[in-house]
Amino acid sequence: MIQLNALAGGLFLLTAFGVLAVRQVIGCLRLFVIQSILLAASACILGYELASIHLLVVAGITLGVKSILIPWLLFRVLSHEIHARREITQVLNIPTSLLVAAAITIFAYFIAQPLLEISSAAFSRINLPIGMAGLLLGAYAITVRREALPQVLGILTMENGAFFAGVSIAPNLPLIAELAAAFDVLIIALVMGLLARKIQKQVGTTLVGKMATLKEE
Amino acid sequence: MELLYILAIPLISASLSMIRTSTQKIAAGGTILGTLAVFILAWKAAWGLGHGIEVPGITGWLSCDGFSALILLLVSFVGLAAAIFSWGYISERVGDSGGKRARQYYRRYNLFLLSMLAVPILSQVAMVWIAVELTTLLSVFLVSFENTAEAMEAAWKYVVLTCMGAALALVGVLILYWGQSFIATGPFTWAGLSEASSRIQPVFLKTAFLFILIGFGTKAGLAPLHTWLPDAHSQAPSPVCALLSGVETTTALYAILRLIPLMDGVSKDNSSTWFIVFGLISMGTAAFLLIQVKDYKRLFAFSTIEHMGIILVAAGLGGEAGYLASTYQVMAHAVTKSFCFFAAGAALLMTSTREISSVRGLIRTSPIAGISLMIGGLAIAGAPPFAVFLSEFSIFRASLAEGRYGVTGLLVLFITIAFGGIMVHVNRMVFGQGLTSPAPRPLPLTCRVTLAMTVIPVFLLGFYVPEPLHNLLRFAAACFGR
Repeated sequence: MIQLNALAGGLFLLTAFGVLAVRQVIGCLRLFVIQSILLAASACILGYELASIHLLVVAGITLGVKSILIPWLLFRVLSHEIHARREITQVLNIPTSLLVAAAITIFAYFIAQPLLEISSAAFSRINLPIGMAGLLLGAYAITVRREALPQVLGILTMENGAFFAGVSIAPNLPLIAELAAAFDVLIIALVMGLLARKIQKQVGTTLVGKMATLKEE
Repeated sequence: MELLYILAIPLISASLSMIRTSTQKIAAGGTILGTLAVFILAWKAAWGLGHGIEVPGITGWLSCDGFSALILLLVSFVGLAAAIFSWGYISERVGDSGGKRARQYYRRYNLFLLSMLAVPILSQVAMVWIAVELTTLLSVFLVSFENTAEAMEAAWKYVVLTCMGAALALVGVLILYWGQSFIATGPFTWAGLSEASSRIQPVFLKTAFLFILIGFGTKAGLAPLHTWLPDAHSQAPSPVCALLSGVETTTALYAILRLIPLMDGVSKDNSSTWFIVFGLISMGTAAFLLIQVKDYKRLFAFSTIEHMGIILVAAGLGGEAGYLASTYQVMAHAVTKSFCFFAAGAALLMTSTREISSVRGLIRTSPIAGISLMIGGLAIAGAPPFAVFLSEFSIFRASLAEGRYGVTGLLVLFITIAFGGIMVHVNRMVFGQGLTSPAPRPLPLTCRVTLAMTVIPVFLLGFYVPEPLHNLLRFAAACFGR
C-alpha cells in the first residue's frame, strides 16, 4: 500500500512539473484533471489503510468537484481560450523553469524535514513534502505564466498540493470543513473563470501579465 | 442565537435585492435596514461584553470573545455606513436605468458583508480560513464593478495574489491541526488550540505560524506582497473601498493576531520579531510609495498598508500596553480609513476624476467634500486630536516602555514621512489654486449623512472613550495574553 501511495505521490509531483512545462492550455487542463485523480487516489489509499470512511468521502468529493465539475465549468466559460492552439506566453523559457522547479522541490523537502522528524507516520513522509512541493510549484507557475487560464490552473494546483499534504496530516478534519473547502475551490474556479471571460470581452486578450496600467511610476 | 441572526440578516437582504423591480430602492433600503439590524445586534453583544456579560454562542461553532466582538462591531459599523453611502453613490454612478446593475451590486455587497461578519465569530479554525477566502471571492466582482480595463486588471491581481496567499495559509492551518492531533485533546478552535499550545511541539507552531503569517499577510497587504492592494482599493467603488480598506484587511489581520497566544510558550521572541520586522518593512515601503502617488484613492490605499504595519508592530512589541495599543489602533484605523474613503468618494462624485493633479481648490468646488477630505487626511496621518493620534501615541509609549528605542525611532520616522506625504497631496487638492469649477450638482443627501455619521467616532475617540468600549478594548487585548 505504501508503494502504491508513493507511486501516486511521484506521479502527482510529475503533473505539478508538467503544469509548468506544457506548452498548450488544453494540455495544462488535462494535467490538472490527472493530478486531481491522483489526489483522490492517495486519499483512497490512506482511507483504506487507516480504515477511515471519512477519507473515502473526501476522495469522492475531490473526484466529483475537481476532476469533473471544475473542468466542465472552465470549458463552459472559456472554451475559446482552452482550444486556442498557441503557446502559452512565459516569462522564463521552459528548461530554465524546470531547473528552478527542481530547486523548489528540494526546498519543499527542506521545509518538511523538521516536521517529519517528530512524526513517524509513513504516509506523511511521502505526502507532506510532495504536497508542499505542489503548493510552491503552483505559486511559481502563477508567477511565470502570463495568461489567465494557466494562472487559474496554478491556483488550483496550489490547492491540490495543500490537500495532498492535508489528507495525510489532517485526516480527521470535520467533514463539513472538507465540504466547505471543496465548495470554496469550486467558487475560485467559477469566479476566476468569469472574470477571465470579462477581461477577454473588455480588453480583447487574456494576457493578464501584459496588463500594467496600474503601477507606480 | 444573536450570532446566528447576525449571519442570517445579510442573507435575507441579499435575497431581497434579487427581487426584480425597476427601482433600486428595495435593494438599497433593504440593505440599509439589514446592516442597521446587524449593527444593533453587534453593539448589543459588544456592550454586554463590555459589562462582563458573556455572549451566548453555539459551542464549537460560533463564539464571541472580546477580540471577536471588537472586530464584529467595526465590521458592522462600517457596513452600515457604507450601505447608506451606497444609496446616493451607486444611483449616481449607474444612472436611472441601471436598476439591474444596482441590484447586482447590493446582492454582492450583502454576501461580502456576510463573509466578513463570519470571520470573527466562527470558532473552528478551518472554517475561519474558508471565511477569509470567501471575503476575497465574494468581493472580486465588487472591485471590477466599474467594468473598465483598469478595474478588471485590479480585480485579477487581487484574486490571484490573495488566493495564492490563502493556499499557503491553508497549509499552515493543516499543520496546526496536525500538531494538535498528536496530543489528541479538545476541539480545533482558537480557544482549544491556545489551551493545548503549551503541549504542541514548537516546530509545528513555528512552521504553521510562518505559513499563516505569509498567507494571510498577503491578504492584509503586508509588504512585499502588497502590490495588489493599491490597485484593488483604488478601482473599487468608494463605499466598497471603505469596507476593503477599513475592515477587510483587519479581518485578515485578525486571523494572524489570533496566533499570538499560541506562540506564547516556546517561541515568543521569535514571533514578535517576525511581527516587528514585517510591520516595519510594510510601513517603510508604504511611506515612501505614498509620496509619489498620482491618484488620491491610491494615497489612502498605501496608508492602509502603513497602518497594517503599525498594528503588527504594536502587537509584536507585546506587553499589556502594546496589546492594548494595537487593539486601539485596529479600531482607530477602521473608523478613520472608512471615513477617508467616503470623503474620497464624495470628491470623486464632485470632480469625476481620481487624479490628484486635476483636483485643485476642492473647498471652493464643494465645501463638504473639501472639508471632509481635509479632516480625513489629517485624521489618518495622525494629527491631534483625532483617534489615530491617540493610538499611535500609545504605541510610542508602549515601545519606549519596553526599551525598544530603535523600533520607536523607525516608527516615528515612517509615520512622519507618511504624514508629510499625505498632507502635501491633500493640502494641494483642497486649498490649491486654479482649475476650479463649481460642482455640477450637490452631493447626494445620503452621502452627506454618512460623512456626518462617520466623522463622530473619528473625532470623539481621539479624546474620549466610553467606559464599556474601553473595557471591550481591554478584553480584546487580554485575548492576546499579557
